[in-house]
Amino acid sequence: MEASGSNTKRLSMIVTKGTLDWAYPPFILATTAAAMGLEVTMFFTFYGLALLKKKLDLSITTLGNPGMEMPLMGTHMLMPNLLGALPGVDAMATAMMKNLIKKKGVASIEELRQAAIESDVQMIACQMTMDLFEFRREDMIDGPVLGGAATYIETATKSDINLFI
Amino acid sequence: MAEHLLDARGLNCPLPILRAKKALKDISIGEVLEIQATDPGAVKDFEAFCRSTGNELVESKSNQGEFHFRIRRGK
Repeated sequence: MEASGSNTKRLSMIVTKGTLDWAYPPFILATTAAAMGLEVTMFFTFYGLALLKKKLDLSITTLGNPGMEMPLMGTHMLMPNLLGALPGVDAMATAMMKNLIKKKGVASIEELRQAAIESDVQMIACQMTMDLFEFRREDMIDGPVLGGAATYIETATKSDINLFI
Repeated sequence: MAEHLLDARGLNCPLPILRAKKALKDISIGEVLEIQATDPGAVKDFEAFCRSTGNELVESKSNQGEFHFRIRRGK
């Protein structure tokens, strides 16, 4: 349906966060762009590396998310940052979020990531932060290649859209 | 000409687009894919999708919270 020619647009993005909520923007944008004929490259670094693990175990936190409002019994509940310091609150917020995702027919991150792979989205894992956090290549899914900043910069110079997420 | 149906009701962004993309790959050029969705964002999304991919948005209508699209595979 699409051939890679001089008309092909490219999207590149740096993925730096590893929480469940922040996993969505990169994968939604990558899969949608790929579906619309763009060539997509995702560069995973720091906490974004968590999104490449074979077994995804993503969570959210109320800490640092002052805008978080969870739907509750017909209204919304603001989740004050301070609550995150209490044991069990983040686990509860994560459970609420996962429940909402399923209920609202939103794709799981596993499904979106698989769709990205099937659409030939290029995935690069930052070599330096893999080393920094002592992540093993075997713990990550098979597709991504290892690269550094120069790899990303080269891709970015050729891309029409460059995002830092 | 056989019509193909994609039921994307109950699915949220970006699933309607992703599923449509996959379904379009399985039909021949010139054939029409009919899509049912409940995601209101899908209306503008399918317009953009068709513009970007050279597929023709033959029809886009809504009926009490349900959206119906017909897309003809362009290339």
